[in-house]
Amino acid sequence: MSVKVMIPTPLRVYAGKRDSAEFSAATVGEALGGLTSQFADLKKHLYTEDGKLRAFVNVYLNDEDIRYLKQENTPTKDGDTISIIPSIAGGSF
Amino acid sequence: MSEALEIRISAELAEKIRAHGVETYPYECCGALLGTDDDRLAFDPEAPRKTFREVLGLFPLVNRRDDSPRNRFAVTSEDVREAEKAARAQGLDVIGWYHSHPDHPARPSDFDRDHAWPWYSYLIVSVHTGIPKDMTSWRLKDDRSGYFEEKISPLRVRTAN
Repeated sequence: MSVKVMIPTPLRVYAGKRDSAEFSAATVGEALGGLTSQFADLKKHLYTEDGKLRAFVNVYLNDEDIRYLKQENTPTKDGDTISIIPSIAGGSF
Repeated sequence: MSEALEIRISAELAEKIRAHGVETYPYECCGALLGTDDDRLAFDPEAPRKTFREVLGLFPLVNRRDDSPRNRFAVTSEDVREAEKAARAQGLDVIGWYHSHPDHPARPSDFDRDHAWPWYSYLIVSVHTGIPKDMTSWRLKDDRSGYFEEKISPLRVRTAN
């Protein structure tokens, strides 16, 4: 079962310059696990040190935000596409 | 400052960012920087080499933080998708983001660092008592420990002969 993960431009430098990668995965979490195993340098920009997705990192399965599905346990099927989209935040102090 | 990094922006677009910061003062403004990178994937975070990027358009956004807009800004993932769409329509990329620091220096905060990715340029304009002051630009270090400051240079508008 092949799932395509689209790699956002700022993180491609950690993924051999690829814009996507395919993984055999039954859930979104497995696909992201495949991504961060294959491209370990990417991991710290997606996950906190205690292994949680960073709050500003949003993951979509096809066009659905996984927060409104089953989060990382959301099941995937052959041909699905996962996108990683940041929300941008900041502040002066 | 890392002399290796440079971002070029025209006086006109820089002025638009300042004006946006003045318009939203005392709240933070934010928007996307649309442009090109000379070699978007050559940037080695461990050893930045001479590389520059050009800001060729802006995509102003609405600060979604209505609980603390004086010292926070937020852009939703939907806004990010819209900005990316706008960039693609012009043959450009989203190369970074700008925001204002009302009554605070144009330096990234710890909060900024916790919500940043490498590669993007984070341009900050300080707005003091409603008047725009310093403008700086930053790129997150690969280990997330801090930022490289990026030199802002004027981009002269090219005219066809």
